[in-house]
Amino acid sequence: MVVETGFSSPRTDAFPAGLRVLVVDDDSTWLKILEKMLKKCFYEVTTCCLAREALNLLRERKNGYDIVISDVNMPDMDGFKLLEHVGLEMDLPVIMMSVDGETRRVMKGVQHGACDYLLKPIRMKELRNIWQHVFRKKIHEVRDIESLEGIESIHITRSGSELFDDGHFLGGEDTTSGRKRKDGDNKHDDKDLGDPSSTKKARVVWTVDLHQKFVKAVNQIGFDKVGPKKILDLMNVPWLTRENVASHLQKYRLYLSRLQKERDIKNSFIGIKHSDPSSKDSNSGAGLHNSMNVIQDNVSNGSFSFSVNNSCVLNVDLKGHEGDVKGISSGPMAESKGTFSIDIPDPPRAKSLQISFDHSLGSVDSVVNLASFSSTDTVQYSWNEIPEIQFKQEYEPLQLENRTNQLPQPGLQHNLLTKYLQPTVSVSPGPSVTEKTATSSGFEVKPMCDKYRNNHIKLSSPTEAVGESHTLNDQVFEPICTTTSSMKSQDIIPNHLTESELSPRNLYDGVGVENLQLCWLQGDCYAMDSGLQGFDCTEYNNPTMIPEMPVHLYDAPRFDHEHLFDPMEYYVIDQGLFA
Amino acid sequence: MDVVNQMQRQFVDYSTSLHREGILDDQFTQLQKLQDENSPDFVVEVASLFFEDCEKLINNMARALEQQGVDFKQVDASVHQLKGSSSSIGAVQVKNVCIAFRSFCEAQNREGCLRCLQQVTHEYSLLKNKLQTLFRLEQQILAAGGSIPVIE
Repeated sequence: MVVETGFSSPRTDAFPAGLRVLVVDDDSTWLKILEKMLKKCFYEVTTCCLAREALNLLRERKNGYDIVISDVNMPDMDGFKLLEHVGLEMDLPVIMMSVDGETRRVMKGVQHGACDYLLKPIRMKELRNIWQHVFRKKIHEVRDIESLEGIESIHITRSGSELFDDGHFLGGEDTTSGRKRKDGDNKHDDKDLGDPSSTKKARVVWTVDLHQKFVKAVNQIGFDKVGPKKILDLMNVPWLTRENVASHLQKYRLYLSRLQKERDIKNSFIGIKHSDPSSKDSNSGAGLHNSMNVIQDNVSNGSFSFSVNNSCVLNVDLKGHEGDVKGISSGPMAESKGTFSIDIPDPPRAKSLQISFDHSLGSVDSVVNLASFSSTDTVQYSWNEIPEIQFKQEYEPLQLENRTNQLPQPGLQHNLLTKYLQPTVSVSPGPSVTEKTATSSGFEVKPMCDKYRNNHIKLSSPTEAVGESHTLNDQVFEPICTTTSSMKSQDIIPNHLTESELSPRNLYDGVGVENLQLCWLQGDCYAMDSGLQGFDCTEYNNPTMIPEMPVHLYDAPRFDHEHLFDPMEYYVIDQGLFA
Repeated sequence: MDVVNQMQRQFVDYSTSLHREGILDDQFTQLQKLQDENSPDFVVEVASLFFEDCEKLINNMARALEQQGVDFKQVDASVHQLKGSSSSIGAVQVKNVCIAFRSFCEAQNREGCLRCLQQVTHEYSLLKNKLQTLFRLEQQILAAGGSIPVIE
């Protein structure tokens, strides 16, 4: 039940009146009451009783809403997941509500990025003030620009400042830093510095591609030394502004710290040893199950095995994501162009995964609707040009905890934070494997593919891939979701703390094991949530070597991995092994 | 007008007693305040939605508890929803029973759950009756040309 009140631009002159609020609650009584209350505040209200519907609405009308209020307990999707989605995709302030005011829950809300957590019964006065969250966000962005501009003008001749030390800052750049990279693209951040409340900032959608660039830049700079300007310059995205990067960086940091916390909790989950995935079971993708077992076995080891011989060890351990797919809305499958599908090979073929990637270069639109994938029960990876991806695992145990490996390439940090990707891929442990032939070279996992393509895994073309080497090598895979042997869809993160070891810290420390947890902050609801968790790939040079690579992990089928991986599970990327 | 005054007084007394007895709390007053000329039947509409939800949830719980193998998670989910709903209208007693109900669900205590279900049904029925009486009083006042007194 969606009640549309019509979309109009905010009446900025009357701010906060006209604030466009989207309310999501499965309780129809509350929905009615909240709608009434918000209307009394002169807000424009849209109600929605399903989280998926809400996401659809938000995606359909970018910039159509100013703030989202959502209940925590909803039947179709966990409120926290919705919260993360909104934060990542739309960068809107989200207020959580619940009748349960337990501190733990509230904390969880805040951790997931909620700007407020209201307890039911909610009073009018609490709703009256929600506009402050919208205003605050704008102010911060404005401040960021202003301060940057201010600094620029003051320090124009200085060097050494973190903001300007990358040489990009020269006299040529004027103080309108907020606009210097603008072009006509409506995705740009048109920041009107003069009047935050009247600024209608076009929200930047952090596509996979964009996020890949971001992560690459962050890794190149070094997480500790990172700063918005440096990142921005490295990214070389003309229309992106510093404040976009700054706010994204902030979220990224929060995300990492959250991961770290979870990792800390799951200290014992280290060591994902990937044994020969010959034992296939009927689990979604033999490899999946296999890897899961492996992980289970090795969970206590605290060591990751990676094959080091110049091949990418892709240890994709897709934990049972049966339930993970639920996070994916069930929209229609996107057209092939934008469709990302991962085919999970049948058990007998567990070792090889036909992955064809549909690489629609440049066609990856900002938001790939996750919704479009939910209907598919299987994740279909279509590898273009990669008929068979063999996956062998040979890796040396890596002590996750005490990594002394230094990443040969510091740049190898590819954060496949699906969180930052447009969630579009639904990965489900469907046992059926369908091969898709990619139409273009390279692989397109909607959410990830661009990222990979441009970013770290230059798999799009052999030469490219080779040249890059590294695709994975150069990338630090952010352990987004650690897969846990429990394969829980719900709490993927805590469960998957195996990967937690592969936290960004590891990555940044040059630790070899990278957990590539795509999507997966929540283990659910994120594109690859369903399972792509530890992405372990040392080097992708031979796409055929990746049996069940979570599609989004690769850009082009160039993997040289002699490792087994279960794309559905998680990927652990051992950076150290990246030659 | 005397009749109207009388009815209004009756209304106020009745309303106050509901609060005093702890059947309704301040939330209900808030709802009454929300009612305006744009939505003159706001409170009645909200109450109707509440009754619908309640009945559905109670039925769900009853069905779940009747099973051989009781799915306590499901029962708990329904109770949680009921708790949320009851907080929307200010149904204090119902909410309180829900709190106890949830403990029994967690403990997977079927007997306890059944008892709570009985209690919640009772409280709900009581509330429904009282609200219907209240609404009837309102209607009578309006029909007689009077206005509903605002109770602070």
